[in-house]
Amino acid sequence: MPQVKTQDFFDASALSIKDPELRQALQRVGTGFDKARREAIDEVSAEVWEQWREVARQIKEHTIDHLDYYLELLHDNVNKNGGQVHFARDAEQANAIVADLVKSKGVKIVTKGKSMVSEELSLNHVLEGLGTEVYETDLGEYIIQLADETPSHLVAPALHKTKAQVAQLFTDNLGVPYTDDIEEMARVAREALRGKFLAADMGITGANFLVAETGSLVIITNEGNGRLCTSAPRIHVGITGMEKVIPSLHDLAVFLRLLPRSATGQRLTSYMSMVSGPRREADEDGPEEFHLVIVDNGRSKMLADPKLRESLYCIRCGACLNICPVYQKVGGHAYGWVYPGPIGAIVTPSLVGLKQAKDLPFASSLCGACREVCPVKINIPRMLLHLRQELTENSEPTVNSIPAWESILARCYTAIMNHPTLLSMGTKLLKLLQMPLARNGRIQRVPFAPLSRWTHSRDLPALPKRPFREIWRQELSGPNQSHQ
Amino acid sequence: MPSAPGPKASLYVTCVIDQLYPEVGVSVVRVLRHLGVTVDFPPDQTCCGQPLFNSGFAPQARQLARRVLLSFKDASYVVVPSGSCAAMMRVFYLDLFDNDPVMRQQANEFSSKVYEFSEFLVNVLNVTSVGAQSAGTATYHPSCHLLRELGIQEEPQRLLANVDGLEMVDLPDKETCCGFGGTFSVKYPHISEGMVADKVENVLSTGADTLVSCDMSCLMNIRGSLSRQQKPVNVKHLAQMLDREAS
Repeated sequence: MPQVKTQDFFDASALSIKDPELRQALQRVGTGFDKARREAIDEVSAEVWEQWREVARQIKEHTIDHLDYYLELLHDNVNKNGGQVHFARDAEQANAIVADLVKSKGVKIVTKGKSMVSEELSLNHVLEGLGTEVYETDLGEYIIQLADETPSHLVAPALHKTKAQVAQLFTDNLGVPYTDDIEEMARVAREALRGKFLAADMGITGANFLVAETGSLVIITNEGNGRLCTSAPRIHVGITGMEKVIPSLHDLAVFLRLLPRSATGQRLTSYMSMVSGPRREADEDGPEEFHLVIVDNGRSKMLADPKLRESLYCIRCGACLNICPVYQKVGGHAYGWVYPGPIGAIVTPSLVGLKQAKDLPFASSLCGACREVCPVKINIPRMLLHLRQELTENSEPTVNSIPAWESILARCYTAIMNHPTLLSMGTKLLKLLQMPLARNGRIQRVPFAPLSRWTHSRDLPALPKRPFREIWRQELSGPNQSHQ
Repeated sequence: MPSAPGPKASLYVTCVIDQLYPEVGVSVVRVLRHLGVTVDFPPDQTCCGQPLFNSGFAPQARQLARRVLLSFKDASYVVVPSGSCAAMMRVFYLDLFDNDPVMRQQANEFSSKVYEFSEFLVNVLNVTSVGAQSAGTATYHPSCHLLRELGIQEEPQRLLANVDGLEMVDLPDKETCCGFGGTFSVKYPHISEGMVADKVENVLSTGADTLVSCDMSCLMNIRGSLSRQQKPVNVKHLAQMLDREAS
């Protein structure tokens, strides 16, 4: 697994916010992706969109509730098609399966389609360790591979990079003259990758969906690179999470409507590839072998927890990232692992451990925009609350748990709020304490945390002469004057 | 104007209004009374538990929720001048007592009596114009819980549209969170500051002289930032805009 840096969220997010190039790059998520998504929904009408979401949600609910059955069906049908299914318990096992294939089949060059699961496994590093050449072929992934970085967005992995940064990267790494013309840059990448597609022994791709009834792997891309990875090399390895299975081709239709619209605002994706096993005798091309690696790597923990189960419905469209005001400020890398944004704040703690990722569930104002845009109606805020409870209730006196002062504060607050007389006394005490700080009804600086964190850039209202309850008692509680 | 005897409403004033902005509570009472509502204020009410619940302290939140249920057990309507406190009481109390059938039943009955202020006016009293007057231009910020947990979108805007003399201007990116988020604002102040900076920029871009919302906590955040930057924008709760006696 890639290095987990979730524990650095506070500092990493503070640095991200100050990065002017990242600011510039992140502007695209709101004004680009999310605006396109809204327009695509308007086009079909909010009502139809709602129906699609409901249908998709029901399919996911049903499939995840019967995941064992559909995985077995998928397994049998992939086998019937002449492919081979491998189940991997964790990252190590998944990597070993692919590494064994590479070694036993004499693979020298691998081309890869976009796969978040392979990021989760750090598969590239494992294969490179065997002396294999690995080339990412999705343009965004290719860029971050050249830069030796990790994706910062589920759909647009190089979103954090500005055009100028990519231009410089190409000049430095590919020896081409500097240009920030996007078409020209795409041409350079295409030229660099074309030869690799033809020379590769193995193509590795992810999967957007696995269709149980036909034993098919479905990938949607905008660049056609997925199709080249699945058809040109002699071996195709599909690698994906176990939650990607859906029952039938009939069920696929609604997701093909929802996913591109939610991700990029496209009505249709440019390329939709469906792979059902290796080349058959009559086929002119296609791989000789097809392997499907289905990865658990912590997903069964989410499956077992009824409160977190719906996080497995995610189709990785990235809409919740694009709408999230926190993601828009800090970008993907601050989240410290593979899956960023609101859904990442749920998935990451489940996959790397809650204590390790304890900052993520709190990195949200609970505004609920993520739930509103989710094409499968995942209730992200509710799961964030659930994880917060887990952290608070299971807190042990270790460095990783909730700070002790927070628990003490919560208990004091509860005690005060449970006794209105204590509350009134507290109000009077605070009114005395605020005297040196308050001026003209506001407090500009509180010298201690946590309120100093508020007054860093915002004024705080000073406590007024009387709280409402006192005004009520003294002036308003008399006979009701309803007809003035 | 509805004729007597009007409905009875129990005011849940919220901590932020009680402790920091009592004038908003006064306006709520005046508007309701003006509309013929008999208002009472259960005196032993305190926090609804939301800050605890949102921070993961469910058992403590449950204690305070029990208290609210008890304080308001005789209420026929509970009127709450805050989208987020109303959402806590209407939506999240049910989650809080998920494993306690008796309390959940109580929470469920209570839930159906809870109304956010604008919702109570428009949907219970059937009032969309209160005969208030104002001058100048205002812009409206729909707070997140009001919008997304309670689904209240039109009600405050209809009431504002009928304030005589007031010109409403649309707030760009109005549905984006202001960055308050309760303890979020002090847990991740740098992110919260960034979010409120965007909100303030959008408010200023409208040229409106007044910002209106249905949640004083969001307004405390936005006002805190406006006042630090010495921007002369008035910040008002909807009730203050509808209160004919408010200065």
